[in-house]
Amino acid sequence: MMRLKLHVWRQKSGGTQGSFADYDMTDVSADMSFLEMLDVLNEKLTADGSDPIAFDHDCREGICGACGMVVNGEPHGPRKATTTCQLHMRSFKDGDELWIEPWRAEAFPVIKDLVVDRSAFDRVIQAGGYISVRSGSAPEANSTLVPKLDADAAFDAAQCIGCGACVAACPNASAMLFVSAKVSHLGHLPQGQPERYARVRKMVAQMDAEGFGGCTNHKECEAACPKEISISHIARLNRDLLKAQLTAAEEKKVSESA
Amino acid sequence: MDIQLKSNAPTGEISQRWEKHRFDMKLVNPANKRKYNVIVVGSGLAGGAAAASLGELGYNVKCFCYQDSPRRAHSIAAQGGINAAKNYQNDGDSIYRLFYDTVKGGDFRARESNVFRLAEISVNIIDQCAAQGVPFAREYSGHLANRSFGGAQVSRTFYARGQTGQQLLLGAYQALWKQIADGKVKMYPRTEMLDRVVVNGRARGIIVRDMVSGKIEAQMADAVILATGGYGNVFYLSTNAKGCNVMAAWRAHRRGALFANPCYTQIHPTCIPVSGDHQSKLTLMSESLRNDGRVWVPKRKEDVGKAPGSIAEADRDYYLERKYPSFGNLVPRDIASRNAKDVCDEGRGVGPGGLGVYLDFADAIKRLGEAAVAERYGNLFDMYERITGENPYKVPMRIFPAIHYTMGGLWVDYNLMSNVPGLFVGGEANFSDHGANRLGASALMQGLADGYFVLPYTVGHYLAQQKLEPVDANTAETKAALAAVNDRVNKLLSIKGTRSADSFHKELGKLCWDKCGMARDATGLGEALKRIPELRDEFWKNLRVPGTGAELNQSLEKAGRVADFLEFAELMCLDALQREESCGGHFRTEFQTEEGEAKRDDEKFSYVAAWEWKGVGEPPVLHKEHLDFEYVHPSQRSYK
Amino acid sequence: MANTTAPSRDLRALPAAPGPLGLLDSTIGQKIVMATTGAILVGFVLFHFIGNALIFAGPEAINDYSHLLHHSHGLIWVARAVLLLAVVLHIATALRLTAKNASARPQPYKVKRDIATNYAARTMVWSGPILLGFLLYHLAHLTFGVTPGPYQHSPEDVYSNLVNGFSIPWVSGLYIVSMLSLGYHLFHGVWSMFQSLGINHSAYNPRIKHAAIGLALFITLGNISIPLSVLLGLVH
Repeated sequence: MMRLKLHVWRQKSGGTQGSFADYDMTDVSADMSFLEMLDVLNEKLTADGSDPIAFDHDCREGICGACGMVVNGEPHGPRKATTTCQLHMRSFKDGDELWIEPWRAEAFPVIKDLVVDRSAFDRVIQAGGYISVRSGSAPEANSTLVPKLDADAAFDAAQCIGCGACVAACPNASAMLFVSAKVSHLGHLPQGQPERYARVRKMVAQMDAEGFGGCTNHKECEAACPKEISISHIARLNRDLLKAQLTAAEEKKVSESA
Repeated sequence: MDIQLKSNAPTGEISQRWEKHRFDMKLVNPANKRKYNVIVVGSGLAGGAAAASLGELGYNVKCFCYQDSPRRAHSIAAQGGINAAKNYQNDGDSIYRLFYDTVKGGDFRARESNVFRLAEISVNIIDQCAAQGVPFAREYSGHLANRSFGGAQVSRTFYARGQTGQQLLLGAYQALWKQIADGKVKMYPRTEMLDRVVVNGRARGIIVRDMVSGKIEAQMADAVILATGGYGNVFYLSTNAKGCNVMAAWRAHRRGALFANPCYTQIHPTCIPVSGDHQSKLTLMSESLRNDGRVWVPKRKEDVGKAPGSIAEADRDYYLERKYPSFGNLVPRDIASRNAKDVCDEGRGVGPGGLGVYLDFADAIKRLGEAAVAERYGNLFDMYERITGENPYKVPMRIFPAIHYTMGGLWVDYNLMSNVPGLFVGGEANFSDHGANRLGASALMQGLADGYFVLPYTVGHYLAQQKLEPVDANTAETKAALAAVNDRVNKLLSIKGTRSADSFHKELGKLCWDKCGMARDATGLGEALKRIPELRDEFWKNLRVPGTGAELNQSLEKAGRVADFLEFAELMCLDALQREESCGGHFRTEFQTEEGEAKRDDEKFSYVAAWEWKGVGEPPVLHKEHLDFEYVHPSQRSYK
Repeated sequence: MANTTAPSRDLRALPAAPGPLGLLDSTIGQKIVMATTGAILVGFVLFHFIGNALIFAGPEAINDYSHLLHHSHGLIWVARAVLLLAVVLHIATALRLTAKNASARPQPYKVKRDIATNYAARTMVWSGPILLGFLLYHLAHLTFGVTPGPYQHSPEDVYSNLVNGFSIPWVSGLYIVSMLSLGYHLFHGVWSMFQSLGINHSAYNPRIKHAAIGLALFITLGNISIPLSVLLGLVH
């Protein structure tokens, strides 16, 4: 059993000022997940008549992307390729002091405590992160062959869980890894080609409008990503945007369909 | 209420039924579609796909989810794959075979017409998803790859590494956002449905709470689709996401919709065992592990505390291989699960609390080499190590069964409409296609079938036949529902007792798991039925919910969900008690063959049990939909 | 921020206008501008060093080379115009990006741990202005010969200018420190240039990375070798 000292960011709501609150945790089991440790704290706070700490979480198996907090300066905590829900307390040792903060970015305003609003990501997808295909209009699946390497590369990018750790980790709060993962996922597939260049322009414009910073190639996003998505997708995004900007024929197509 | 259960399933040659039914359905004039409002609650595979498809057709759709984004719906966690009768492998698969396997796998408790349609549509789903850009596994030739899954004799499962659910959900999510961009769907994330509005006997709206501002309001529509998932979290510990709940379905049930077969719950045998009281959920590991792992426990109780490596081969009991020599470690999920429970009940379970059995890869590593084992199961081994801190290459894994999926749900007819006109139910939230047990890789198939290919037709069919009067939030029924919801929220906040919602949930979950889990009997169910109302009473007297209703209040959200589980659990136990047979995921210890196999009673129980709500603490009324099997004739299974 | 979530920020952005000028309107376009102008400047720095390295071949070689440049029938002015444009764009875009990046995280972390980035990357916003300052000094010093101090400038004799200039220890010191700063700037900048232009392929990435480091080292050490050689009396 471990003792820990926690400093947790508490903020009543988006419009109010927040600050750190200190909690002493005793009897932390190494087998607990990080969120279970917070559950235990919350039960205690509830029993004491105070407000429990709000944090987003859902599947608790590292795939839904809901959870995420910055633990001692690292999004999702110290363990590589691991979401906060899959981080276990054995990654810490007795007597550790933990600073727990929400994702901090202009585009991710705090809603309460450790809960932030990541709807900016949805709006980036809304801008073009899809392949337009009506239900029922798809051709026989094997009529379009996809080379295995392309399918694998698309999958590597498609693994993104939209948790926002890339933004949280980036010194510029840039969303480039997130955006590039979707552009690269769809751009690697033959089905994604018709909308490829219109897609990248629209998504990048939305990304910028949301208030994310630009990429200055620090690679912090890649290091923080629980799915280990590579920054090579960012290079691809840059390449696609350059080509999209320079091929004006694309523009006509966009305006026709709009 | 006089309820006639009409399945509305078409008759005639089974392979023609869906085709014929689609032709017989009424169509909404394209110009009129935009005049109809449709509400979709839930944004997983069924809800997301339905909302996107209906938006695409031209309806005005509002879609609600409790998560911060529709991309987080729990469909995302499905690992294994999705079945489709493509027969790409030329190994004898067909729509008919998938239909046959599903009816048989459901232990003859599903509607044949529904199942056939599911099998038929399965092939379109793969086409649709591939076109959306779902990165399915491929062969070097570029063709789609398949694997055999969950003991199927044919390779019909399509997959995207171990993240098939995620990829399919993202496909639906992207299609949904395209419709949102086009203005056809309006999305309401962080919004929870707390009640349903019925006007003139028809479903006309829902009451929702904005989980950030706490604002409670009515949303009106011409049809309501619930795609709100299963109720596995009634057991507290399950492989479901923490937020999964029965509230939407239960609120619909309380307003007249029948709840069918709640006792059909599925257990998954290969989950990571509980490590302590702090445990908040259980993590599933792919069943494929049983292909190479050997399940055992010590022969003697005295050995359970010893390091597994120090237990001699002769002192180990490879109980599955011993009892089922021809299937060994690959027996079906329910058999593997029950046997694990039995050895633990005998006191031979390993790990914390004695609730675990070993899944040993030592032989596989010896036979294939560590590299080959890593190649096959590397990801799973890493996940296991991350959670338990033990290295499964060196120490045998510990596994234990956990609640994974619920086959029961709101009763629906062939059109996926409940007995309340205008209320449709899709995906895990309905009871329709899996009978008493679900085949592996069939949940994703059903969710997407309902969402992309069934609801878009049947909702239109309903709307085309109705003369719907305009309704708004000032309708008396809406005001009443709003008031009821407000009262309930205020009540939860004002009890100011001493126990948290979680503590009640844990207690309820343990009770359900002990008495209505892997194996059930009349005595235990009777005890549960006595204890649940007591716990419910205590809940309403001694609950503590900190904070207010006018803010993001996760304690309040939990409390509302637990309140409904406390009512639902009673129905589940009651259903389990009335079904005096064993079938699929429902195992009554009194009803088993001499070999310990589930013993169905087709004479008496070949029906869907659809329950009608009569009030808290009032006995619900049982309605029966008789099941006929024209094509697949009931047989008893044997895995000896 | 009001007490509600997303809908209050329901903005729909229009894509930047097509064509190369539209690049200036997106963060990625701006990165591409940074990389392209950076590439021009790296090319210049490399070329500049190779020319200056002629100092090791004696006064005649470097003076002839200088003579050639100055009698290139206006080509030098074309080059100077391109360089000036590149410098202006590079700096202006850097300022815009830096401002945007700063506003992207108004509230800093109490504790932040960097995992993957490095000193060079983190200090681009410092090495950049240092280089600008150095550039101005360098132009005043060796191009216009208007710096204060005991230095004799002769427009025709580049060789003597270098020797005279670098014989003063603090001048050499300034150059060496600035070149170290250039080294850091190139260490991150050259690799970034490839990444920003999307020149990235798993088969070539290690080579690109090594080439970038090699180029940065080559230019830095090469440039430092000139004042150092003068200081040590190897060139006199």
